[in-house]
Amino acid sequence: MSILLNKKSRIVVQGITGSAGSFHSEQCLKYGKGIVAGATPGKGGKKHLGVPVFNTVHDAVSAEAVDASLIFVPPPFAADAMLEAADAGVKLIITITEGIPVLDMARVKKDIERRRALGQEIRLVGPNCPGVITPGEVKAGIMPGYIHKGGGPVGLVSRSGTLTYEAVWQLTQRGIGQSTVVGIGGDPIAGSTHTDILRLFEQDDATKAVVLIGEIGGSAEEEAADFYKRHMSKPVYAFIAGKTAPPGRRMGHAGAIIEGGSGGHADKIAALKQVGIHVVDNLSEIGETVARTISAAQTA
Amino acid sequence: MKLLEYESKDIFRAYGIPVPPTGGVIKDAGKLPNAIKKAGKGPWVLKAQVLAGGRGKGGGVKLAKTPKDAREIAKKMVGMTLITHQTGPEGLLVKEVLVDKASDISREIYFSIVMDRKSGKPTIIASAEGGVEIEVLAKERPSAILKMPVDPDRGLEAYQGRRLAYALDIPNDRVLDFVKMATKLVKVFLDLDASLVEVNPLIITPKNELIALDAKIVTDDNALFRQESLAERRDPEITALEREAKEVGLSYIALDGNIGCMVNGAGLAMGTMDTVSLAGGSPANFLDVGGGANEEQVTRALQIILKDKKVTAVLVNIFGGIMRCDTIAKGVIAAAKKVKLKLPLIVRLEGTNVKEGKAAIRKSPRSNGRPRRSGSPTSRSTETSAAWSTGPALRWGRWIP
Repeated sequence: MSILLNKKSRIVVQGITGSAGSFHSEQCLKYGKGIVAGATPGKGGKKHLGVPVFNTVHDAVSAEAVDASLIFVPPPFAADAMLEAADAGVKLIITITEGIPVLDMARVKKDIERRRALGQEIRLVGPNCPGVITPGEVKAGIMPGYIHKGGGPVGLVSRSGTLTYEAVWQLTQRGIGQSTVVGIGGDPIAGSTHTDILRLFEQDDATKAVVLIGEIGGSAEEEAADFYKRHMSKPVYAFIAGKTAPPGRRMGHAGAIIEGGSGGHADKIAALKQVGIHVVDNLSEIGETVARTISAAQTA
Repeated sequence: MKLLEYESKDIFRAYGIPVPPTGGVIKDAGKLPNAIKKAGKGPWVLKAQVLAGGRGKGGGVKLAKTPKDAREIAKKMVGMTLITHQTGPEGLLVKEVLVDKASDISREIYFSIVMDRKSGKPTIIASAEGGVEIEVLAKERPSAILKMPVDPDRGLEAYQGRRLAYALDIPNDRVLDFVKMATKLVKVFLDLDASLVEVNPLIITPKNELIALDAKIVTDDNALFRQESLAERRDPEITALEREAKEVGLSYIALDGNIGCMVNGAGLAMGTMDTVSLAGGSPANFLDVGGGANEEQVTRALQIILKDKKVTAVLVNIFGGIMRCDTIAKGVIAAAKKVKLKLPLIVRLEGTNVKEGKAAIRKSPRSNGRPRRSGSPTSRSTETSAAWSTGPALRWGRWIP
């Protein structure tokens, strides 16, 4: 089992004919099935990478019964692409695009919440994220596929791309597979939060433990700690980047900034530790820490 | 990007938000007579234009009752180094001083609009207890702070404005003025793609006029493509080196340490800095070369890192996903050659084509007969780098000519 994506997922790529969209779709298709259609206005009726391309997401949904969308559309048009996928009834929207104005995300979030309130099943992951992978089954994103190991007990949720790869690789090298790896992205307004994904992992039978990777800025990690305390039975391991980051400076990610006295590293670590989440201080010890406790649990 | 007070007030004025009569900004004290003439009858207030809070306590805001007072204050203020709790001990150089007509104050209100990450909505934060630092108030008396979410498409509804006005105890005959002002401030926030619009204080004068006495706007860098008036503006807060990095698509922030870091991905870059620090070293910078960096990018990144003269060793930590390790290795070798690198360079590669990448590093020309190694686990390479950057161990650095 897994969360969000599995072998049966049917994905449309918005922006499949662009350079990034094309390159990564090809990589995803090499990894496994999943992508069954593309959508690029004006390119409808053609085939690209062996899958049919449609002018609109609505067309892709009716012709190919897609239930998920992967978005590579440039920042000025990305909000519109998400609104289109939402309107077409796509259940899972994964936005890779980096650099989308925050106000656009506020508008997208509002639309998605309105649809949810009306009973539509819809979830957004991203933007500014590496995507989602269920190792051994399907890859929808820009992560290198081979670093993952399928059918494993550990779920990962992270705000950062390469930091996730680092953690995944450490697990794989120790023979620990992953159930699903979810990049929620480094933007201030994210479609899914750590808490949303923790909730899914808690309900997933295959996932026995979760690695949570966070960074400075905002209060998503503190909220995740609160959720863990109230609702989680599975162990969670956390690494938070940005201990040495100065306040007031945006560390690459739009969301990674300590402002107004909140979002600091120490507060996040304290909140996580307080509820019993295992906090890993050194990023090179994430895999080791998980491996140690998992093998201890197995022998006990 | 942060705007200075006078830039923010110019925008307010254009939107019809009341601000004090002004004489504009002066860059030298000699221009003061014109400014006070333009501002109107005294007294006047002189305000240092720097991007930091707490200016008043640091001596950056002064009241002048006579033209003579004003002249003396201006002489001291232009060119002074202002130190506040937000500037750090080195302070900020005051290049410009705003000359406003002073206002009589009977009440001060705090008013701001921020993007609330949790709800994903622009949110008004207001308090009847203005003029203080909102962070302090938030800690001491959180109940004194009002929060109101705003629709990102429609802006502030009139009824929301009225509810705020009554909650803030705005005089009855000024409630509609307040609603207008709040609506316009929200419009500024939405029109400019702001992440913060702050008025602290928003004052009520003895004649019951509402005036934005101070103004602060922070805008969203991601939206610069549709904010033409802001796109041309130079961000005064970033250093020349940071600006240079930005122009070539690198995310670089200078820090105080001596180990130059080149990493792909913002999270891993922060994580690497933290690891350097855990190992007893001190990072000289944050640098994210991005996902699609090529030889040229790597060369530029290396050049920028080396322009910081504090740097005594360079650590490259790349997890090759989209960017293949062999490509990065070739880029690093070529870049080291191009910039005639003399400092120890530690390269740590992992990910796609890592074997080929490490082989390329190993095959790179030797320098001074020193052994060459490429680190494997993150901790080893960062710890080694930390060690290499201090004392006699420096000579054991791996040189790539």
